[in-house]
Amino acid sequence: MLPFTLISVTVAIGLFLLIRMPNIEYLFVAAYTIVQYVVLTTAWNILGGYTGYVNFGSAAFFALGAYSSVALATFANQLDELVPESIAPMLHLIFPLSIPVLIVIGGVVSGIVGLGMGYLTLRLRGAFFAIATLAMAVVLQTLVVNWEFVGGSSGAYIVRPGEFPGLGSYMQYLFALMLALAVLALVTARAIERSRLGYGFAAIRDDELAAEASGVPTLRLKLIATTLSGTLMGMAGAPFPYYIGYLQPQSAFSLEYAVNSIAMPMIGGTMSWVGPLVGTLLLGTLQQTANVTISSAVNLLLVGLLLIGFVIVAPNGIVGLVQDRLRARRAK
Amino acid sequence: MSALLQVQELSKRFGGFVALDSIDLEVQPGERLGLIGPNGSGKSTLVNCICGTLQNETGTVQFDGHPVDGLAAHERTHRGLARSFQLPRPFPSLTLADNLRVPMLYTVHSRSGPLHAENIEARCAELLQMVGLAKKARQRPRDLTQVEMRKLELARAMAAEPKLLIADESMAGLSHSEIEDILALLVRLNESGITVILIEHIMTAVMSFSQRLAVLVSGKKIADGKPQDVVRDPEVVRAYLGQ
Repeated sequence: MLPFTLISVTVAIGLFLLIRMPNIEYLFVAAYTIVQYVVLTTAWNILGGYTGYVNFGSAAFFALGAYSSVALATFANQLDELVPESIAPMLHLIFPLSIPVLIVIGGVVSGIVGLGMGYLTLRLRGAFFAIATLAMAVVLQTLVVNWEFVGGSSGAYIVRPGEFPGLGSYMQYLFALMLALAVLALVTARAIERSRLGYGFAAIRDDELAAEASGVPTLRLKLIATTLSGTLMGMAGAPFPYYIGYLQPQSAFSLEYAVNSIAMPMIGGTMSWVGPLVGTLLLGTLQQTANVTISSAVNLLLVGLLLIGFVIVAPNGIVGLVQDRLRARRAK
Repeated sequence: MSALLQVQELSKRFGGFVALDSIDLEVQPGERLGLIGPNGSGKSTLVNCICGTLQNETGTVQFDGHPVDGLAAHERTHRGLARSFQLPRPFPSLTLADNLRVPMLYTVHSRSGPLHAENIEARCAELLQMVGLAKKARQRPRDLTQVEMRKLELARAMAAEPKLLIADESMAGLSHSEIEDILALLVRLNESGITVILIEHIMTAVMSFSQRLAVLVSGKKIADGKPQDVVRDPEVVRAYLGQ
């Protein structure tokens, strides 16, 4: 596990320096989105790929992280009006919170919601579970739309500092944080895959009744999966308001997150941590390129077409396709 | 000696249908019990209630001196109750060795502390050897024949190191020599100290295997005793052949 962590960190640092080289701010903006999807899809895959429970509510977990940050930033702005004068100075020492702290908080909030959702819905299977997660996303969005404190339906502005000391533009700082999160997500996913937990997840995915008969505590494991998955998605969402500058429910709960979180691992392959990474890098880069060369509306069309193509040609994703080829060659 | 498994007045209903009606059953340690009955007589339901896949409404199940009522299936597996399924339910995406690894990691591990990776490897190999699948350890269940699938099913149940093994129709649809194969395997397991309940339709197999025979008909136990006596019991004959 340690060598893998070291390699990932090295790759992340290398990537950061590489993108920094041409000195084009937009590169960071585009790369941030892709790396954010690496975190989201890896998180989705822990539940969807490893245990086989398809979550259609990724956007909701992402948005929970984002709105935790908005709520805390708004609280920091209105501190003097909201709390008694006696404790305000003390709180001023803590607030506004730094983004790494917001990431942790966003993760905790989404993790708790993930646990709750798991508890309520994991007796459902297949399409029923997917529909329940979608319903949860709709309910949460309705709550946020009606919560004036975080801007309600008209959204909230977050003013991000222009510079981050020592690094340059604030965008670079956000990108560096997202890279760190991606490393965390990938290391977690890979560690799970090779552990006792990973075998338990695989058993649940393959046959829940047989898993239970083999001594796997299926309910507990599924709760671990929803919590972990939710936590990582929330962490990915927490810096988002600072990235986008203006957050409204439609953009935070956007269908794009839910669809991409499913499509990217499906295209890459869901059986291992490599799949979501490959799928995201491929599809994410394609989307970003299409964004600047064709139009931003073509994104979902691209996803749809690619998904149809892959379901026909490589139902197990790119990784599955490569593995099958290798196995066939070895058999010869 | 106290019974390993003690089922008392166990009943299970599905809506208005009484699947099991006040069943009493005792199994002594080391015993080989055959459980027979016509289709739909409640054999599998009884297995499911004993193993925790279904929860019984009334009655109690005691295993190894402790009541297990209300415990989830995986907790009963931890206590030493293992089963094979009537239709094999392997983990299709895992190799055969990994299929056995799951119960080892989750049952033996939580019972007697962490296992070393080499121990797991060795034990997997040993079990696959025992059922004659050692050569296919790295293949997936889809490459197996029907009889191999049954063997894998038994090996996976054995990987949990149970005290009691319930083999639910592990021979249905197999040829004569394949049945012999599985029977020999079950006898070997029993000789190594594992209590076995065999649920089966194939009478020759049940008769040669069982030390004791219990008969279920329409959710009731109508006979329990020495195999030779039980098959001559007029009630059993009537249930199987009609009047």
